[in-house]
Formats: sequence, structure tokens, C-alpha cells
Amino acid sequence: MDDIKIRAGDFNFYYGKAHVLKNVSMDIATNKVTGIIGPSGCGKSTFLRSINRMNDTILGTKAEGRMIIDGKNIYDEDIDVVEIRRKVGMVFQKSNPFPKTIFDNVAYGLRINGVKDKYYIQERVEKSLKDAAIWDEVKDRLNKNAFELSGGQQQRLCIARALAVEPEIILMDEPASALDPTATLKIEELIQQLKKKYTIIIVTHNMQQAARISDFTAFFMMGELIEYNITSIMFTKPSKKITEDYITGRFG
Amino acid sequence: MKARQFKEIFGFNILRLCVGIVIFVLIVILYDITSKGIGVISWKFLTAMPKNGMTEGGILPAIVGTVLVTVITALLSIPLGMGCAIYLNEYASDNKITRLIRMSIRNLSGVPSIVYGLFGVILFVQMMNLGTCILSAGFTLGLMTLPWTITASEEALKNVPNSYREGALALGATKWQAIKTNVLPYAIPGMLTGTILGLSRAAGETAPILFTGAAFSLPFLPKSLFSQFMALPYHLYIMSTQHHAVSKVRPIAYGTALVLIALVFIMNLCAVMVRYRLRKIKME
Repeated sequence: MDDIKIRAGDFNFYYGKAHVLKNVSMDIATNKVTGIIGPSGCGKSTFLRSINRMNDTILGTKAEGRMIIDGKNIYDEDIDVVEIRRKVGMVFQKSNPFPKTIFDNVAYGLRINGVKDKYYIQERVEKSLKDAAIWDEVKDRLNKNAFELSGGQQQRLCIARALAVEPEIILMDEPASALDPTATLKIEELIQQLKKKYTIIIVTHNMQQAARISDFTAFFMMGELIEYNITSIMFTKPSKKITEDYITGRFG
Repeated sequence: MKARQFKEIFGFNILRLCVGIVIFVLIVILYDITSKGIGVISWKFLTAMPKNGMTEGGILPAIVGTVLVTVITALLSIPLGMGCAIYLNEYASDNKITRLIRMSIRNLSGVPSIVYGLFGVILFVQMMNLGTCILSAGFTLGLMTLPWTITASEEALKNVPNSYREGALALGATKWQAIKTNVLPYAIPGMLTGTILGLSRAAGETAPILFTGAAFSLPFLPKSLFSQFMALPYHLYIMSTQHHAVSKVRPIAYGTALVLIALVFIMNLCAVMVRYRLRKIKME
């Protein structure tokens, strides 16, 4: 594997007494798309949300082990969670534009991070919307409410919003699961563009999608990382019977 | 099929009847008070002092007193109530203690207002030595409205989707930044509406101000917040039951009632307007 961006080592996660991630160790490559698949409740979303410590917001959770980004364990005590989340952007399953204008949605992350320069904000907003392949659709109505956009546009707006704060890693939690095929295709094309600049980790329920867009695929089950490999190998010659059963649709 | 249709129509009409009864009662009250009170309402009635043992003149001191007390009530209960609600809903962890606190707050709203009045006497008038005055009465009413303010504000906060909080946090906002920029703007219309409704209820209360500052008759305006004052609801109480010539001053009592209702109505209207305006700003 090339450059390692994220290195999970014996990572465990608990919701109260429920042990939802068990000794997960995996290396995630820089500027690649890593897909995470697995049946519902297998811990794939929990793993994703452990990478930007979004799970901290849920009461009664506990993390053990290492989650190392650029050589630093983000669960160390001297870590500033806010810094982590700026560096590790996130796109949620259900697009969640804020009830603000399109412009203010994208500018939000910059403003809360203390950027005051109007021209810089304008520049970043335009750049982010362009990078998220939505600029042409919204450039004439930046001051309209974001809720007026279609579902697919809203999700790309959320991607633009995440890009605006210049993260290095983007986590995507089933970003296209609520979208129609055309909108899904647009998101998938976008992900291919984005990986040139960002390390992308995407949780998906859709096996074809994982096969299409990810360079590496990880298969989770019951909180364990069952198999992790280059996508083409994973989908043609899985080394474990259970992986094969899952990707051929025998269960899940 | 027939029976089902009948049930549908029957059920619908029962509901319609419920609404009808409520509106009927409201109209009767409003009609009674308006028809009997409108005669005494004049510019003079609203701007003059009571005269001749309150059988003549106006009710200006009562209007001013009620407005001042309500302002004090608002100053106490809005910041304190909203602060509590923000803490309980956003910061406090969900454990036995916070559940107990929340339950106590809910129960406080069921405490009879006369009990608040007594409590106000002990705490503000005696222990804090403020004396019977606008401040004591306003603080007492403020305490009384707190449970309403907190509960309404918490509901308003709960109505803000969690995805706004998560979305903000995921972009590197601190918890307070997320609350300030992405939760409060959408909760404040609801918070204010609930609070103003609580205040309008406080404005019409008699019992809590009875011992804490309201005066039987003071034919001049309060000089400071440490003065006693006249208040519309208490004035109404006196005019209808305690006055030496109750039947003679009946029109004044009705006039006072009408002014009080109008005041409360205006406050509720303000609540609606505030909510409407904030919603519009938010959507721009």
C-alpha cells in the first residue's frame, strides 16, 4: 500500500456495555477511496464516526485503542477535537443543509473557524461549489434558501460545505442512499474527482457502488473487520467464505 | 359502508361541536366585558389618576404598574429561563439528577400562584429586604413564570433537528458555536413565543403581587422600582369585591377588565409578530 493516512490499531468501541467495534486494525491509503461494506449494525458507521470523533457527542460511549491520523493518535488527551473535525470532513447519510442561504451554508465552516475576510470567503465558496460540481446549478441563486435545492443538489451542497474548510479526509456515510440513480451517479463521479485531493472513506450498503468507486474495500461484520483488500481482488477472489457470501448477496 | 360513513360524519361533528363550545364561551366573555366596559373607556380613563375614593377618574397608575412589573418579570425570567433550558437540553447529561430537576421544574408550574406570593414575601420582601415594591412583585412573578419559560424554551430547542448540531460540529465548530450559530437562531422564535405567553399570564395574576407590592389605591405614579404600585388585576379585584360601593364602580371594574384583556391580547399579538418576523429573517 502507498502512503498511509489513517492507521487504526486494535480499535475498540463501546455503546454502554455493547461492544460494537472489536479490535479493528486497518490502514487507509492517502488520496484513495476506501469503501466500507457490511450488513446493518455491523459497526461500519460507528467506525466512520470514530475517525472524526463524532461519536463523542453520544453519551455513554467509550473508545479504546489507536486511531492514528498523520502519525498522531486522535484519541490522545492533548488532542483538540475541533481541529480533528476540521481536518476530517464528514458528509451525512441524510443531506443536512442548514436553513440558511446556499452561500451561507458553504461559508459556515469558514466563519466558525474565524475567517473574516469577505473576499477570501467568496473565493472559497465558489471554489468549493465548483469542486462539488454544483456551481453551475446554483451560481445565480446563491442567496436562495438551501432547502429549495433538490435532494441530490442538497447532498452536493453538503459536500461543498465540507470542502470549504479544506479538510484532508472526507468521511461519507451512505451519501447516496436517499438519492435517485441519476443523482447517485453524479455523486459517484464527484467522488472520483475528489480523491485526487482528498482521502475518502465511504460507507455504503450498495455493493455495486463499492465495486465501482472504491480502490480498497473493507468488509465489516458484527463489529469485526472480516476482510480488507484492493477492491478488484475483494470482489473477484475474496479470501473468506463469509465475504463471498455477503458480496454475492447470500445474506445481508 | 353506510355505518362507516355515518361514523365519519358523526365523529367529525363531535369535534366541530367541541370547537364551537370553546369559541362560544370566549365570545360570551368578550362580549359581556366589552359591552359593559366600553362605555367608560376614554382617553381620560386611560391617562388619569383615580379620584374620589376610586369612584371617578382613570386607571393610569394601574396600567403603568402592570407594565413595569411585567418588564421586571421579563428581565428575570427570560435570561434565566433560556439559560436553564439551553443547559438542560444541550449540555446536561441525561441522568437521574437532570431528570429529577426537569420533573421539579414541570411540577413548579403547577404550584398555585398564591404560594409564589407567600414565597415572594419571605424571600424578596423580608429576607432580601426589598420591601413591598415593584421589584419584589416582578421577581415573584418572574419566579412563577420560570417553569413556563424553561419548558417552552426546551421544547423549542428540541424541535431543532439534531442534524444541525452534528453538521456544525463536523465542520469544526465548538459545542457553543454550534448552539449559538446553528441551534439558537432556529429555536428563539419558539422560545420567545412561549415566554411571552407566560408573561401575559403573569401580567394578569393577582395573588403573587398581593403581598409583595401591589397597593389598594395610590393615586400617583410609582417613583422608583422600590415603590408600591397599583396593578390592573388587583385593581379589578378591589373594584369588584373590596370597594365600599361595589355596584357604583361596576362600570370602572368592567373598563379595567377590558384594558387588562386588551393588554394581554396585545402581548400575545406581539408573540405572534415576533415569531413571524424571526421566521422570515431566518428564511431570507
